[in-house]
Amino acid sequence: MIKYVLEESGEDMRIDEHPILTFAKDKKIRFTFNGKEMFGYLGDTIAAALVDNGIMEFSKSVIHERPRGFYCAIGNCGSCNMTVNGVENVKTCLTLLEENMVVENELSEVIIND
Amino acid sequence: MIEKDLVVIGGGPAGLSACKVALDAGMKVAVFERSFLLGGQLVKQTHKFFGSESQYARTRGIDIAKILIDELDNTDLEVFLNATVVGLYKDNVITVYQDNKYFKVKAKAIIIATGASEKFLAFENNDLPGIYGAGAVQTLMNIHGVLPGKEVVMVGSGNIGLIVSYQLIQAGVKVKALIEAAGKIGGYQVHASKLRRLGVDIITNTTVKRAVGDGKIEKIVTVKLDDSWNEIEGSEQEISCDALCISVGLSPMHMLLSMAEANMTYVGELGGLVPIKSCDYETSLAHVYACGDVTGIEEASSAMVEGKIAGLMAAKHAGFIHPDYEALENELNNQLCVLRQGPCGEKIRCGLKKVGEVYD
Repeated sequence: MIKYVLEESGEDMRIDEHPILTFAKDKKIRFTFNGKEMFGYLGDTIAAALVDNGIMEFSKSVIHERPRGFYCAIGNCGSCNMTVNGVENVKTCLTLLEENMVVENELSEVIIND
Repeated sequence: MIEKDLVVIGGGPAGLSACKVALDAGMKVAVFERSFLLGGQLVKQTHKFFGSESQYARTRGIDIAKILIDELDNTDLEVFLNATVVGLYKDNVITVYQDNKYFKVKAKAIIIATGASEKFLAFENNDLPGIYGAGAVQTLMNIHGVLPGKEVVMVGSGNIGLIVSYQLIQAGVKVKALIEAAGKIGGYQVHASKLRRLGVDIITNTTVKRAVGDGKIEKIVTVKLDDSWNEIEGSEQEISCDALCISVGLSPMHMLLSMAEANMTYVGELGGLVPIKSCDYETSLAHVYACGDVTGIEEASSAMVEGKIAGLMAAKHAGFIHPDYEALENELNNQLCVLRQGPCGEKIRCGLKKVGEVYD
């Protein structure tokens, strides 16, 4: 009844068939994560595309540098913050993927001096 | 500076309902939404709602979001997406962060409809990647069609824990167990029975002692609790999983109100810190109104009704009388009474009583 399709982009985390929902996967989008080429779909947030590519570690804790995933996916927790196209502390759970985006982990605390 | 009659902060069920009524009353309205789409958490809720016909009972959350958004088509509503409100000042000015820039907006009235955030649970290694809020999992799978894992354990048997477990199964995920610290299931029996029929093990009097994994979750260790919530030694059990969902309640997103020094009070039954408000939903800050989950955790059904009341009152006090003011006021208050009656509404009635709202 429910089948998985192995995506060539990485892990097989996409839902292919769902009893209620359909997911548009019309346009493939290329991006890089820490320099590695990856693919997602138009309409994905950066976070969703990363999970589909098998990425679970989104950040590190500030003091002990423990790996962190994201917790809330709606912009509250801040665990998914990354540097996107050179802009620091971007919430990847609320930012839609765009062609050729450059996404990078922030491996230490980012302090922005305005 | 942008000037509006009404600024609504939050584009979920409460905020959108407030916009509609205020627009009908003749106000110039702008809504500010942090996400890239309107609808709040309705946009990931594939289950059909309970309640009554006036709050779209038997309609899926995702379809209710569409109805609320469609109602605002062809109106003068100005919608700001990807726009986080980061400041609220006493002269009715807000600061908005959008597109890497800050700007200010002034309004005659402001409605706070910021909703809620998911609570967390304290246990060893609770920060391992693969440990998600149940709502985060719902976002990932129901909006983006991406699964959080293949074998999941759910913590918490409230309605969200029960419903998201069912939705995980619908998406093809194995729900290995649902664990609950209390002695009985928190949510509706109808949801729990559905899970049991699908073979999900619902384990009560049990909590997570620790998560185990190298860089990501690989298994959890559970422990039994006695009637005084103490761990029972020797009752530890391991469950392997590649994702853990935490569904232990929500708390109101009070930060803007707290920052602006509105009168707040802690009410456990309402989920945490909530604003003290008048019967017209005005907070202690003049011309600042609040509605929906930010005033107490409830369901989207009541958030929509509260949003309409807040819109109606904010408009009235700013000199915009809705054409159906009296009929609407009566009808909406009646709808809230109906939604909050009976044994299921007891907790919310008890919580609201503590902030001066009595339903007897």
